[in-house]
Amino acid sequence: MALNRDFIGRKFPPSEPYEVSRVKIREFAAAIGDDNPIYRDREAAKAAGHPDVIAPPTFPIVFSMNSAAAVLADPDLGLNFAMVVHGEQRFEYTRPIHAGDVLSSSSEVVEIRSVGRNEFLTLRSEVRDEAGELVCTAFNTIVERGGAA
Amino acid sequence: MTATVKYDEVEAGQEIPARDFPVSRLSLVMYAGASGDFNVIHWNERIAKSVGLPDVIAHGMFTMAQGGRFVTDWAGDPGAVVDYGVRFSAPVVVPDDDQGAVITISGVVEEKLGDNKVVVALKAYSGDSRVLSKARAVVKLA
Repeated sequence: MALNRDFIGRKFPPSEPYEVSRVKIREFAAAIGDDNPIYRDREAAKAAGHPDVIAPPTFPIVFSMNSAAAVLADPDLGLNFAMVVHGEQRFEYTRPIHAGDVLSSSSEVVEIRSVGRNEFLTLRSEVRDEAGELVCTAFNTIVERGGAA
Repeated sequence: MTATVKYDEVEAGQEIPARDFPVSRLSLVMYAGASGDFNVIHWNERIAKSVGLPDVIAHGMFTMAQGGRFVTDWAGDPGAVVDYGVRFSAPVVVPDDDQGAVITISGVVEEKLGDNKVVVALKAYSGDSRVLSKARAVVKLA
């Protein structure tokens, strides 16, 4: 089933703040097999000029789409999750995320298009810190296989 | 940020040697837990095959993360990455055996930008499949 184009431009209210912990960064780094000390050792991170251990570049995927999850599950959108694969992902970083950050993300559906028999939906998510400063912008494109047929 | 690679010592066209990144079923279980992505196609062979996949496949974000490792290990400081994007062009199929799969990643400095930034273009293969396309990172060098 084609996705509901009325959802283009739909914005989702900011998520509950996400508190970045050293333990979660360490767990994520272990899961991607990355033993870089800047993810684990405060002193190594400080020596590199960071206030605390920082998170790997793909870490924002853990929380950046929290505010969008409920809307993607909205039956009016018509998304069949069983047929969804990840199409594209991009992050623009204003600064590295570090332990102690309290971040909220807000998302918007920026595009829905058909390519062949597939439906592509792109979300743009802004991650901001407690001061409201932009930390990272994430672009997430999911593909619903066969959705446009 | 203290990238260890110096902008002035890098030329456009410079290649970054290929590295192999192994991925096992254990990798996917750990990644599911750490990322919160529990999509069954990343751990359940029965359901993966029922939706037309050859076997369990790796999370696209796991593969993207290996590209991230490749770039940050080269640059010296993960904080030096200012932009990173990929297209997932083919799945990484992870068999349930002792070897698992291997993601082979290589890179090239595609362009030197201003402000000590360079564009690194990545190639990522698993077997004969190109698993990432349009994979590029912008890194601010020393």
